[in-house]
Amino acid sequence: MYVAVKGGEKAIDNAHAWLAEDRRGDPSIDVLSVAQIREQLSFAVNRVMAEGSLYDPQLAALAIKQARGDLIEAIFLLRAYRTTLPRFGTSHPIETEKMSCIRRISATFKDAPGGQVLGPTFDYTHRLLDFKLAADGDIEEAELASKPLDEAVPHITNFLNAEGLIQQEPNTDTEPGDLTREPLELPANRALRLQSLARGDEGFVLGMAYSTQRGYARNHAFVGELRIGDVTVEMDIPELGFSIEIGEVEVTECETVNQFQGSKTEPPQFTRGYGLVLGQSERKSISMALVDRALRWKELGEDNLGAPAQDEEFVLYHCDNIQATGFLEHIKLPHYVDFQSELELIRKLRREAQSHLQTQEAAE
Amino acid sequence: MNNDRKSWKSVLAKSRANDVDKFWTTIEDQPNFKFLRVPEIGAVMVRGRMGATGDAFNLGEMTITRCSVELATGEIGHGYVQGRDRKHSERAAILDALLQGSRSTEVDSKVITPLRELRLGRKDVKAKKAAATKVDFFTLARGEDE
Repeated sequence: MYVAVKGGEKAIDNAHAWLAEDRRGDPSIDVLSVAQIREQLSFAVNRVMAEGSLYDPQLAALAIKQARGDLIEAIFLLRAYRTTLPRFGTSHPIETEKMSCIRRISATFKDAPGGQVLGPTFDYTHRLLDFKLAADGDIEEAELASKPLDEAVPHITNFLNAEGLIQQEPNTDTEPGDLTREPLELPANRALRLQSLARGDEGFVLGMAYSTQRGYARNHAFVGELRIGDVTVEMDIPELGFSIEIGEVEVTECETVNQFQGSKTEPPQFTRGYGLVLGQSERKSISMALVDRALRWKELGEDNLGAPAQDEEFVLYHCDNIQATGFLEHIKLPHYVDFQSELELIRKLRREAQSHLQTQEAAE
Repeated sequence: MNNDRKSWKSVLAKSRANDVDKFWTTIEDQPNFKFLRVPEIGAVMVRGRMGATGDAFNLGEMTITRCSVELATGEIGHGYVQGRDRKHSERAAILDALLQGSRSTEVDSKVITPLRELRLGRKDVKAKKAAATKVDFFTLARGEDE
């Protein structure tokens, strides 16, 4: 039997009105502006841009305000907005070699040309709550060096490349697939894996990466280099007949250098994992690089150890927090008819079991 | 010509909308124009390279606004700017058209040069702050040479 259910409009309207009121919080407290979120909660903004897969700090800040700080809800809002935008084109691949770095560190070479540049990092802080922030304190401006950092800092992996000790990344001009245009099918190539991880849930990718460190498909990663900074985005413009710079995005890049004993097909050498994330997010980019490396077992001729991080279906089909939360949260929505049929089924099975029992008893 | 044009378009695309606005108002006799394409907000897929040097992959999109105009004097300009500010793209298109005509020197000195300097100034401050966080290692004498 099919029963159409209508109703609840009034309740829904009232619920949304209350949500709006709760979002505002105590009206005697100053209202939070989108610009304040953009400027002062920049890591939240960065995460929403990376996983929302759209670089626009103003929109990400608005989404965070609307979602009351629920970042997955904010990512959902940004993804939904993204689908309404016409696609004007595709950029040339960004040249991270030319990045204006604000941070650039290597865990493998102390004296790397270009130096170890800490940038505005949480590292080396004591993780003690700073009660001065609770009072409205003015901050001192950061120190300026007399000379700016070099324009372009070379990648660390170049130095290992020179000795031939590290695996080379093939550059074949292959057009990458785009999982926002065609559904992800398996086996996925590395381009699709990287796109998927770049927009994947930070917590999930972190957990997967951590599992490789704890021994599930261990690949012993060193952070060869981690860099954060602005890169220029350039695109071909058909009506001009040449390419122009259309903007600048901040990205975080992590290159891992991984121990590798060699395999049936490859000599002993260092192998690589790669993480690239929109905005500042070094936890995510390191995690991405570790998971990228673990998923490359097939092309490197390694054994499948059955570890979760090696299982591309497991990783790629579960790292998208919008897909995951959509499916997870839908089970709280009305399933009255589904449940009604389950109820009927259970009653029927119990009736049958009961009458079977009675017939048995009668026979004995 | 194309290199100059690439350069001023880069400045207009990467400058903040309110900075463009500020220098735009210093131009007298703002030209008459008609839209060939009204300002339109869209997205561009930004690509990266695997391992920074290998094959390309799709990283994520960025917002962009574009607009095309034709001045009463005949020049055609295209404005492509980062973000979602329609006025920004409209002004970039008009300035692009003006820079191709007889008023290019005036527009360059009143808008493009100050915008470029503003950007370079901000970049320089950032690069100096970064340089101040560069680590100087010093090795402690271990004593075994004595």
